[in-house]
Amino acid sequence: MDRDVKISALNVNFYYGKTLALKNISLDILQKKVTALIGPSGCGKSTFIRLLNRMNDLIPGARVEGQILLDGFDIYHPKTDVVSLRRRVGMVFQKPNPFPKSIFDNLAYGLTISGMRDKQFIEHKVIDSLKKAALYNEVKDRIHDNALMLSGGQQQRLCIARCLVVEPEVILFDEPAASLDPISTRKIEELILELKDEYTIIIVTHNMQQAARVSDYTAFMYLGELIEYGDTERIFTVPKEKLTEEYLSGKFG
Amino acid sequence: MTRQIPSKTGPYTEGHRQAVRASDLTQALGFLFLGACIAFALFFLGSILYFVIVRGAPAISWEFLTSVPRRAMTQGGVAPAIVGTFYLTLGAIAFALPLGLACAIYLTEYSPKTILVNIIRLSIANLAGIPSIVFGLFGFAVFVKVFGFGVSILSGSLTLGIMALPGIIAASQEAILAVPQSYKEASLALGATHWQTIVRVVLPSSLPGILTGVILNVGRVAGETAAILFTAATFYTRGYPNSIFSEVMALPYHIYALMTEGTHPESQTLIAYGSSLILLSLVLAVSALAIILRQRQRRVYGP
Repeated sequence: MDRDVKISALNVNFYYGKTLALKNISLDILQKKVTALIGPSGCGKSTFIRLLNRMNDLIPGARVEGQILLDGFDIYHPKTDVVSLRRRVGMVFQKPNPFPKSIFDNLAYGLTISGMRDKQFIEHKVIDSLKKAALYNEVKDRIHDNALMLSGGQQQRLCIARCLVVEPEVILFDEPAASLDPISTRKIEELILELKDEYTIIIVTHNMQQAARVSDYTAFMYLGELIEYGDTERIFTVPKEKLTEEYLSGKFG
Repeated sequence: MTRQIPSKTGPYTEGHRQAVRASDLTQALGFLFLGACIAFALFFLGSILYFVIVRGAPAISWEFLTSVPRRAMTQGGVAPAIVGTFYLTLGAIAFALPLGLACAIYLTEYSPKTILVNIIRLSIANLAGIPSIVFGLFGFAVFVKVFGFGVSILSGSLTLGIMALPGIIAASQEAILAVPQSYKEASLALGATHWQTIVRVVLPSSLPGILTGVILNVGRVAGETAAILFTAATFYTRGYPNSIFSEVMALPYHIYALMTEGTHPESQTLIAYGSSLILLSLVLAVSALAIILRQRQRRVYGP
């Protein structure tokens, strides 16, 4: 396509053991846009984004075919350094998963594991990331308290802040609001809209309204296949595929 | 719309009431039985403690705790045996904890899921069932003879350490497996290596469980007699051990020796009970230390 492509999947098949979970997926993710993956449970949308930071490597018996290019380089090439890939492609999980450490230590973790020792720099970076994740004002007086004391919504924003500390280029959101109340969900969505100026964002959601609210592009997946991909507005108003239309109108899901 | 009007006697017939009364009775009997079992178990625990304290307390004095045995062990104290037991236990844990932890990390985090690894797991579990006298003979043959460590603290510690290994490995494995997958994923997704994830996320979270394993095994090791019979313990030493190659007195063996080989049972029995009381207190003290450490860790990392 064009230079703005950040990630490009080419004929990707993915197997859990012998089960084919993703069938011949090809799509281009554009830079500094929000791309939503929607579809019913089990359609492979989470499986797909977990391929983008090689999180599926942890699953025994998992196998990938085809190519996934990040800035033109194959992330499944044997010489790819998984650690530096994961620094470039951050991830926020479905259930908030802060470490059982202080708020500060949660954020500092991403820096100290890469050998950063400059305390002033770490502190600056931690505060900066908390501000970017719209959490700083709520926690500035208890930054050394245990992160598990925070509410679910705050914990999720903490996880986003933790992800921002390592300055990724891409952020993957795997149903980030699935376990949150409506107010916390809205805060997360507002945050995503703010972050897209700086980051390429991919969000998996089973909430169609959420996809419509936050994304520029939407991909609809069904039973491991990519059914339709395009402009969010276009997909939601004039879907080309019958299956997409039926899903969006709530005929199944 | 029709409405169910409750009758004055309620929905229960006489038959119902009888059934309810009968199940109430079954429940009461069940609880009574469970309570009796607890009381029975506590009775034995209590009577052992009572027995040891009542018979042992008269022997305890400052002199008993701090001086060496005198006059063919009919007078004086048991200080060398206390020191010996302390060294042996410390040595065993110092050997078994790092090794056991390393095994547990390998088995849970790195080992491929093959038949060979399953056999290793099974062997470790079986290691726990080997009688301690067999460990004692093994320690004698390997550490004392082949390695040439002699009857010494080193040989005894290594033998006790091997005895404690399976328990420590099992407890550590369980503790490591109980660490939520989401912590590991979070760490890896931030660009941590597998090793960094283990050291900085998995181990701190599993430490309380690992410490529990250590606590339980400290008790077993400190009170062990058969394993040190040929590897470390001696009937009598003049003073204190001065290197890891010294043979030592140890409390459990001291008790055994007093009760089987003593020539003055009237005064030696008292010393044996006194030694029992000290051994019991020593084990409780070490366990208490581990429990305090565990609680402190739990406050930070959750249960």
